[in-house]
Amino acid sequence: METLIQQFINGLVIGSVYALIALGYTMVYGILGLINFAHGDVLMVGALVALQTMMFLMGMAPGMSPLVMLAIALLVAIVVCMLLGFTMERLAYRRLRNAPRLAPLITAIGVSFLLQTIAMIIWGRNYHTYPQLISTTPLQPIEGVFVTPVQITIVIASAALMIGLLLLVNRTKIGRAMRATAENHRVASLMGVDTNAVIAFTFVVGAALAAVAGVMFASNYGIAHYGMGFMPGLKAFTAAVLGGIGNLGGAMLGGVMLGLVESFGAGYIEHLTFGFLNSSYQDIFAFIILGLVLIFRPTGLLGERVSDRA
Amino acid sequence: MKQTVVAVAVMSIGLGAAQAQETVVKLGSAAPLTGTIAHLGKDLENGTRLAIETINAQGVSIGGKKVKLELVGEDDQADPRTGTTVAQRLVDAGVKGVVGHLNSGTSIPASRIYDQGGIPQISPASTNPKLTLQNFKGVFRTIANDVQQGGALGNFAVKSLGAKKVAIIDDRTAYGQGLADETEKAVKAAGAQVVAREFTTDKATDFNAILTKIRAASPDVIFFGGMDAQAGPMLRQLKQLGVNAKFLTGDGGCSPEMIKLAGDAMTATTYCSMAGLPLDKMPGGAAFRDQYKKRFGGEVQLYAPYAYDATMAIVKAMEKAGSPEPSKYLPELKKSNFAGVTGNVSFDDKGDIKEGAVTIYSFKDGNWVPM
Repeated sequence: METLIQQFINGLVIGSVYALIALGYTMVYGILGLINFAHGDVLMVGALVALQTMMFLMGMAPGMSPLVMLAIALLVAIVVCMLLGFTMERLAYRRLRNAPRLAPLITAIGVSFLLQTIAMIIWGRNYHTYPQLISTTPLQPIEGVFVTPVQITIVIASAALMIGLLLLVNRTKIGRAMRATAENHRVASLMGVDTNAVIAFTFVVGAALAAVAGVMFASNYGIAHYGMGFMPGLKAFTAAVLGGIGNLGGAMLGGVMLGLVESFGAGYIEHLTFGFLNSSYQDIFAFIILGLVLIFRPTGLLGERVSDRA
Repeated sequence: MKQTVVAVAVMSIGLGAAQAQETVVKLGSAAPLTGTIAHLGKDLENGTRLAIETINAQGVSIGGKKVKLELVGEDDQADPRTGTTVAQRLVDAGVKGVVGHLNSGTSIPASRIYDQGGIPQISPASTNPKLTLQNFKGVFRTIANDVQQGGALGNFAVKSLGAKKVAIIDDRTAYGQGLADETEKAVKAAGAQVVAREFTTDKATDFNAILTKIRAASPDVIFFGGMDAQAGPMLRQLKQLGVNAKFLTGDGGCSPEMIKLAGDAMTATTYCSMAGLPLDKMPGGAAFRDQYKKRFGGEVQLYAPYAYDATMAIVKAMEKAGSPEPSKYLPELKKSNFAGVTGNVSFDDKGDIKEGAVTIYSFKDGNWVPM
């Protein structure tokens, strides 16, 4: 029983991170129909910029409270990533908005390589130890089940950010503009919506979420390097497709679900297949689920509900 | 290249004229002398150099003729392609035997060239089992391979740590999987139970799911076959999941990097292994250190004693066979059996050193300390 609950917690924590990253994919896809493959690398930039900031602060003001330090580092990372998101859209994607779909997709892969290489030049090839400013000493809420404060923070922060994003999209003026642009950006611009600004805003918000996800990811595992964005990026993309790409609720559901499936998959695949498959197949478990969902619901779990696209 | 050969030839003619009764026998050394591990490569070459100078000072005769040994040192830059180039250069220079290379990645492709040239090669540093599994007649090593390392790890877990239940994880790379399989065999042979066998990749950072599964099997010892970049976060996650089992890993995790990445999750019950012995524990270690220091003015890094023994093995075989020709002395080299600096030097039928030593390190005062 402890094992079952523990696997649930493991899945929930990693799933929350996936969900947060998946939102960035799905928002951009909802509006532009573009899969921004560089999104995972924005996460990496966020984590490493925050690391650099923390190192700087530790050198300058060693007595600073860890939480304040983390908040400052997070803020710097968010700002840098927002600028990065804006620049990426302005330089790489805007010119290709009316190009065939393949062109921006390939460009996105190129931007991903570019970001990784630049990060490698700046921060080197080595793995970096990530300061764990929120405690990682495990608590035991139930006998035999361990949760660390950083994991609790991740789940709560992700939930709060997701609710905030839903409110932003559904309750604010800019949110309405985003929804209008998603439905039809030509018509939206005829109605007086500055679609260029809305699209740029979408990229910036997505990048900010990625920055938070990056800092959380690195803080949880205590490790960061220039290639760290690739795997979570790929998983989050899968999560977005699973939930129905372009659909905000779907990205959240897909992210959490993927986390849980992975965790339970790795934990129980051996029992479920009577020892035929072992944990070296843990990744295919997630993709089997994805395949099944797409066979029966080609638009993902929640589908591409156009009115909700943003 | 041609020029080098001519120069060497002229040099040997010159020497031959000066000391008419002496024959010159050339031995090759190949190791990275530039790049990030240049200090280890130079150390290897120095070991060979020291052996050659010692033998020359004592005087040696092969087949009734007085012989002077000569070292031909090459830089393989720890690069597989450069490795094959310098191997060819050594073959062309007419060396009668080679001590090298350092990295398994360069030793393995170079070994084909030595085999084609009919020249015996002894690596004092490469541990990948594949090196001696290519059915080349003249490939040897004086350091323990990863099979021996896995055996030592398994024995250590069961016999020294008293493990009854062992969990084994590997990263599905040739290295990690190979080491984990050998460790598993040794654990079972020593009478303990392998309660979990889990897998990850060499790119993963989240191990919570497999570690939770392992926790349910309550092992005494957890072994990981893989590199420090995974072993570090894995150890942290074990701590976060409240697992108190002892943690054991191979040479991939036996690095200062591991200590950095695992942070405060490193405890006195974290262990790792490395092929070879620390100098202090070698039978001829103390004397070798003095001799090395006197000649080169520095400390032995790592592989010098193994290179020294490798060189000795070649020369002793030449003496016994009464010929410096590889085809003549190779059978004697296979039968090598003498007390070297690092221990007894004798090879099994594949060319691996028999009873190659493996040292287990434990974490103490912020460092890996040999046990």
